[in-house]
Amino acid sequence: MINKKIIKSAMSLWVAFPSILGVILLISLMLAVIPKTFYILIFSKNIWLDIIIGGIAGSISAGNPITSYIIGGELLSQGVNLLVVTIFIVTWVTVGLIQLPAEIMFFGKKFAIYRNLLSFLFAIVVSLITVWLNSLF
Amino acid sequence: MNLKNKIKNLSSSWYFPLAMSGIYIAFFFFKNDIFYVIINHLIQILTEVLPVFFIIFLLMTLSDYFISPEFILKHTGKGRKRKWLFAIVGGILSTGPVYMWYPLLADLKGKVLDEGMVACFLYNRAIKIPLLPIAVLYFSLSYILILCFIMIIASILQGFIINKIIK
Repeated sequence: MINKKIIKSAMSLWVAFPSILGVILLISLMLAVIPKTFYILIFSKNIWLDIIIGGIAGSISAGNPITSYIIGGELLSQGVNLLVVTIFIVTWVTVGLIQLPAEIMFFGKKFAIYRNLLSFLFAIVVSLITVWLNSLF
Repeated sequence: MNLKNKIKNLSSSWYFPLAMSGIYIAFFFFKNDIFYVIINHLIQILTEVLPVFFIIFLLMTLSDYFISPEFILKHTGKGRKRKWLFAIVGGILSTGPVYMWYPLLADLKGKVLDEGMVACFLYNRAIKIPLLPIAVLYFSLSYILILCFIMIIASILQGFIINKIIK
């Protein structure tokens, strides 16, 4: 019985393997070709435009969340608004455009697209509330 | 999609990693220095991912062995609160890259979790307890605590909206 379950799990992972491998290859490539300084250069100091830029930059980025904290800290020290930085770090971890092909394969197109779209919108709301509440303390 | 259909589609799912391999080969021939930086990142990610892959394999086998519809009915009853709690806590405690969790979550979808709970799990993966001290270092304790709290609420709201949309 347990042998059957082991084989079934191994088969499920084998089916998942190509998409996961593709995502890993894409992330390694992006980490190498996009320097960290790129994120500082793209912000315009116009709050409304920067909110959109921060959201898009976070959405297309991938990797360990520590990287987003380091970049976020650097952006803050460069004078980028905390709201923009928050949107950037929240979209970094909640929106996954790089992982989208794999997410579609496992959960379907409708789920993956709506989940990522909602995560993008929620990032703006979450950031607005967080920055507002934080200003009260 | 059942396992047999997934296996049938396996060959087409190799197009994505094959296309990526093509880009790697192009880098090897035309931008050799960047190619080695990419390979360094690749090795770093693989060493991070492989132990998680093993944990997920173990969790998938155990969940498949122990979690039957009868088991779920017995332990969750008619209420769904425990499942939502599982999605929140599971998302926060899960380690490694998000895409590593797709096979397990796809396996649990329909059996234990609905789409909204899967979305809730994925959203809560943004909260990583071991990384919080580093986040506090760059921002502040109050900011990080508020952010985590708001994100947990957002994850539940997102789950409800996803369920409404999918149904």
